[in-house]
Amino acid sequence: MSDLNLKKGSSAKSAYNLRPNFSDIVERHTLAVMVENEPGVLARVIGLFAGRGYNIESLTVAEVDHEGKLSRITIVTTGTPQVIEQIKAQLGRIVTVHDVHDLTVEGPSVERELAMFKVAGDGEKRVEALRLADIFRANVVDSTLNSFVFEITGAPEKIDAFADLMRPLGLVEVARTGVAALSRGG
Amino acid sequence: MTRQMTGAEMVVQALIDQGVDTVFGYPGGAVLPIYDAIFQQNNIKHVLVRHEQGAVHAAEGYARSTGKPGVCLVTSGPGATNAVTGLTDALLDSIPIIVLTGQVPTFMIGSDAFQEADTVGITRPCTKHNWLVKETDALSSVLHEAFHVATSGRPGPVLIDIPKDVQFASGTYNAPQPSTSHYQPTVKGDISSITELVEAMEKAERPLFYTGGGVINSGPAASQLLRELVAATNFPITSTLMGLGAYPASGENWLGMLGMHGLYEANMAMHGCDLMINIGARFDDRITGVISEFSPNSTKAHIDIDPSSINKVIRVDIPIVGDVGHVLEDLMKVWKSRGRKTNSAAVGNWWSQIKAWQTIECLKFTQQGKVIKPQYALSRLEALTKKHDRFITTEVGQHQMWAAQYLGFEDPNRWMTSGGLGTMGYGFPASIGVQMGHPESLVINVAGEASWLMNMQELGTAMQYNLPVKQFILNNERLGMVRQWQELLHGERYSSSWSESLPDFVKLAEAFGAKGILCSDPDDLDEAIMEMLNHDGPVLFDCLVEKHENCFPMIPSGKAHNEMLLGDADTQGAIDAKGSVLV
Repeated sequence: MSDLNLKKGSSAKSAYNLRPNFSDIVERHTLAVMVENEPGVLARVIGLFAGRGYNIESLTVAEVDHEGKLSRITIVTTGTPQVIEQIKAQLGRIVTVHDVHDLTVEGPSVERELAMFKVAGDGEKRVEALRLADIFRANVVDSTLNSFVFEITGAPEKIDAFADLMRPLGLVEVARTGVAALSRGG
Repeated sequence: MTRQMTGAEMVVQALIDQGVDTVFGYPGGAVLPIYDAIFQQNNIKHVLVRHEQGAVHAAEGYARSTGKPGVCLVTSGPGATNAVTGLTDALLDSIPIIVLTGQVPTFMIGSDAFQEADTVGITRPCTKHNWLVKETDALSSVLHEAFHVATSGRPGPVLIDIPKDVQFASGTYNAPQPSTSHYQPTVKGDISSITELVEAMEKAERPLFYTGGGVINSGPAASQLLRELVAATNFPITSTLMGLGAYPASGENWLGMLGMHGLYEANMAMHGCDLMINIGARFDDRITGVISEFSPNSTKAHIDIDPSSINKVIRVDIPIVGDVGHVLEDLMKVWKSRGRKTNSAAVGNWWSQIKAWQTIECLKFTQQGKVIKPQYALSRLEALTKKHDRFITTEVGQHQMWAAQYLGFEDPNRWMTSGGLGTMGYGFPASIGVQMGHPESLVINVAGEASWLMNMQELGTAMQYNLPVKQFILNNERLGMVRQWQELLHGERYSSSWSESLPDFVKLAEAFGAKGILCSDPDDLDEAIMEMLNHDGPVLFDCLVEKHENCFPMIPSGKAHNEMLLGDADTQGAIDAKGSVLV
């Protein structure tokens, strides 16, 4: 069979809009998954990720349409393009999943996360923490004589940056909601 | 139509309305109301198995041989957990079954009650979908939806967990309506992709159809269309284990099964083709061998109803998501409308190459001496049963591969084997399910002695319902496939791979009231097989075969299709360290 003249896996053109490019580069994708709000639906989604060895960087879930009984699960995941395509296809075949949107590839989108930071300290550190919180537009939602609880909303990178700044100033505890995301425009 | 009735009555009514005639099951505390409702009607026949795993495999056999969904009814706790292997088997082989499990009453769920298990939690990863029904009023719509989900799109097992108080309570029963749920898988393929495939078919010099269980699952019309397409194009065709029978083994373009124990010509054709047309197969690792070397120079088209099958393992060039029957119908239309073109001169050359490969006669064997070769036993079984209205099930192991190699399947739905999960113990209960669906047909389970013992208790079921299933046991007193791998990979250290303390199968049969036949002499084989066929009742056929026969051809782990082992002489150092870690 020496006369084989086609290139490996080649064809002239694609007829399938989800054709992956099979790169080895690990990408970060934000997926919005609309699911029927019924018992066990979150377990199905999480079980899929655990069972097939996919990553979850963050996951948020809440009912968004009470009458339609729909919840929105926002998942931030990482993988090669082939893995991301598999994740979407596997999510899509869960019977109670209505839609899977890859916000990372379906045009511009906005991501927000809410976080709470407890910072304890006295003197200059306490003043500096408050000043930085102001710059980051974080709100003070609780305070004692030697601690603050800040509430901050923003893109995950902004929250990471705020955490980095608070750490030397007496950061003792962090709670983050995980990412919620929407596509931009109509 | 709505009516008031109890939850238990709803279960029976829904099964009747869904056209179910047979239920395989085993009673227990949490399903007693449903068993009471079954007792009080005559529309549905209940088959009492001897173990819940047997119920699920029997339902699988029934489903695969009839094309209708199979139904099981088991109790809570251990009843449900015993069904897990069967559910997983059905999930991997895409078999539509509906498993109904009893559950402790709703007010006791979570209290570690007697025979309580988190059934929906345990079965979530091994079902296509499952439900815990907490309201009797919701029960009928869930039951109907379960049939819709199990049979639409890529078929699969579903489970409904029904607490006992929901079975007792009264509620409103709704008759089946066309499903209004959002779950409506696409069946029509994208016509521009289909046209792209037709263009590739017109130009292909070395085309190959590679078909799988999806053709069978799509229904008899899909197999018919496949046959027309193969005849019209004159392209060669090979199939996975799951797809045998979609194209007849006696067909002119048939190359035989491909894969790890596939035929030489089929694997060589797969390796050398320039256009692979995958119809309803899923690039299982038993087919592909080492992925980097799999069919390296082909344009690959893949027709599959499940989008997640596309590009899961092998990158394809022309993906078509849709039902095989619908896609093939459109494919034929497009191909015909464009003038029924193929590159017939090149395809003729391709056939010359394939015919050269066929002269190797990779399944050739010599029966000599007084010990029966397993290949000879199956060749004689084939010859003596070919004319019958015949259904074959198998267990898992060497005998399964030999059955796939040496038995010919002319029609779909006549070959029931555990492909994806490889479940030893599948074949015997599956044969019971097949026989329930086809009372007048010849049903044979080709088995190994070790696999058969895994669900031997079902001999009681076969006797109780007078199901004349023939258990054709190729007895080598070994876990033959394990032994073969130990020979090739583990320095001939046969760790726990021989069957010690085997029963006397003839006496075992007789203990159940069945017929047992022992055959150890090749000269007696035909007569013994005829005795088995002529007996009106279950038969245990203990065929003592060559103990150390290996199954060839074989693609060793970590090797490509063109590196097959054809016989014992090839096996020295055939699998390197890298290959030996693969299963």
